[in-house]
Amino acid sequence: MNLLFGALSMGLVLSLLGLGVYISYRILDTFDLTVDGSFAFGAVIAGVLLTRGLASFWASAAGFLAGMVAGAISGAVHRRLGVSRLLSGLLVATALYSLDLLIMGGGDISLASTRTLPTQAFDLWLRFGGPESGARIFGIEVSARTLATFLSMLPAVGTAVFLVDRFFRTSLGLAMRATGDNAQMARSVGIDDARVFIAGLAVSNGLVGLSGALFAQYQGFVTIQMSVGMLVMGLAAVAIAEGVLRGRSLGARIAGVVGGSIVLRLVVALALAAGLPANTLKLVTAALMLAVLVVPDMIRRRRLTPVTG
Amino acid sequence: MTTHPAPEAVDMSEAFVHGAAKVVPPPTLEVRDLSHTFERGTANEVRALSDVNLTLAPGDFVTVVGMNGSGKSTLLNAVAGAFLPDSGQILLDGEDVTRQGEFRRACHVGRVFQDPLKGTAPNLTVAENLSLALDRTRNPFVLRWALTGSRRAELRERVRTLQLGLEDRLDTRIGMLSGGERQALTLLMATLVKPSLLLLDEHTAALDPRSVEQVVKLTERVVSSQRLTTLMVTHSMHQAVQLGDRVLMMHRGRVVREIRGREKQQLRVENLLATFDQLRSMELLDESAADMLRRLYV
Ligand SMILES: Nc1ncnc2c1ncn2[C@@H]1O[C@H](COP(=O)(O)OP(=O)(O)O)[C@@H](O)[C@H]1O
Ligand SMILES: [Mg+2]
Repeated sequence: MNLLFGALSMGLVLSLLGLGVYISYRILDTFDLTVDGSFAFGAVIAGVLLTRGLASFWASAAGFLAGMVAGAISGAVHRRLGVSRLLSGLLVATALYSLDLLIMGGGDISLASTRTLPTQAFDLWLRFGGPESGARIFGIEVSARTLATFLSMLPAVGTAVFLVDRFFRTSLGLAMRATGDNAQMARSVGIDDARVFIAGLAVSNGLVGLSGALFAQYQGFVTIQMSVGMLVMGLAAVAIAEGVLRGRSLGARIAGVVGGSIVLRLVVALALAAGLPANTLKLVTAALMLAVLVVPDMIRRRRLTPVTG
Repeated sequence: MTTHPAPEAVDMSEAFVHGAAKVVPPPTLEVRDLSHTFERGTANEVRALSDVNLTLAPGDFVTVVGMNGSGKSTLLNAVAGAFLPDSGQILLDGEDVTRQGEFRRACHVGRVFQDPLKGTAPNLTVAENLSLALDRTRNPFVLRWALTGSRRAELRERVRTLQLGLEDRLDTRIGMLSGGERQALTLLMATLVKPSLLLLDEHTAALDPRSVEQVVKLTERVVSSQRLTTLMVTHSMHQAVQLGDRVLMMHRGRVVREIRGREKQQLRVENLLATFDQLRSMELLDESAADMLRRLYV
């Protein structure tokens, strides 16, 4: 049960990463390498602010803002300076790596003595008389800390996802979708597609930065390792969402990405529980992603193959 | 009629004719000595526009004909702001917009392309596409809900005027519709907010005959009911004869012939075809003359 709730929390947190990637990859129709950089950047900014005593809400918001700045710069380097899309993302991610090390003054910082969202939730849990030992859910022990973490991440991520869903129903959200779908059409109806694209990358990487900020609080430390392989993780969540669910409406897709992230974490947790060494995590992710990319297609093809063929 | 100009007209001193107390509006579109060469300095160099001059007064409906590659689309693209021309000027409602970006000009210029896929965003619904067009002059960064109930009702009524039954399919992805339906919707989008200038680039060329007829009728209706200033490229001599009050003929990046007034009213398809033949024979002459020179000097 601890494992399950841990995976659920982590899935929730990483669903914001998945949504960020979904926005750049599917809505803006671009391949954004900034993601690896902005995830760690959001974590580092939030982590440093937490160690300075800033409240966890504002530290998380700062992580969002940090990601936005990274995304906007990446978008501007591409659209205003004319650097290719892949290169602009790579440049920003690379620059952020050094910036992270400079800001942290080393390769990692511990948040053990700071008031993070989970520790605050744990305090609240105790204050309202929650037993320190934890609770029994379906007859199985769950530690209080794990439960508190889950209960703190649920509203935080829920609010963010709700706002994203609302955002894409606004004038700017619709303009972003049009720009990614058909830039010529967007320009023809008076949309400044370059500016909207840059804003879109800002929103996308803002979510990624927020995801990084929450992830740091979830695990209780920040490490430069957080800048490795995050884009693939986000893409895997998108792939799972699209492989399993072929929802039409944008709301369904957003829900699908959240679900995809959680499924991904559950599979990883199961793999760990089954005794796979932690070093193979990325391998598991890659294998799962390959499976969801290929298997649904194979099933469909089999169905379409004529019997007499 | 007042003898004193309205206060806002006082600023337009140039357009103000002294004594007559009459405000002469600037032309809707003025193209001055426009020239452009693509791929300059390469083997593919092509002079797509050569000293083109053109004026459209408010309410003018001008059709443009010419062979493939004569520069018709390039002219429309230049007016729409898709690229920066080598030289010359483009004025919209008296304002020099030569260096203004495409999206900025789109506030005043409605446009329908030859390719039905170009004018609409396929993965957005009919209502979402139209809603964006309705916001042509508004900044999306000033956040508001994109599709409110009242707005949907308004769009539904506008779509009903197309008489294609699309008002019941507002929530269909526009990519699911036929080319003719998409082109009709693009035309509606281009004119949802009345544009100063409507640009149509062979907008029926990719359609089946039945849709062509529908879209042509729709074009006539929209242009005349809103008294739109229109520049329409067409591959169809019939349309050039039937529509508009002036015909421009382009050849090798130049406007080589302009048919207006009585001549336009009496124009028949045969006349246009004859003019084309004339151009073609001149072309042959050009080439044989060039050949002769080559033989003499090489
Ligand atoms: N973007 C471009 N790059 C290079 N050449 C172009 C471009 N656009 C048009 N041309 C060339 O300019 C000439 C005029 O093209 P166009 O205006 O499309 O002709 P039309 O619309 O009259 O058929 C053609 O020779 C075409 O190949
Ligand atoms: Mg053309």
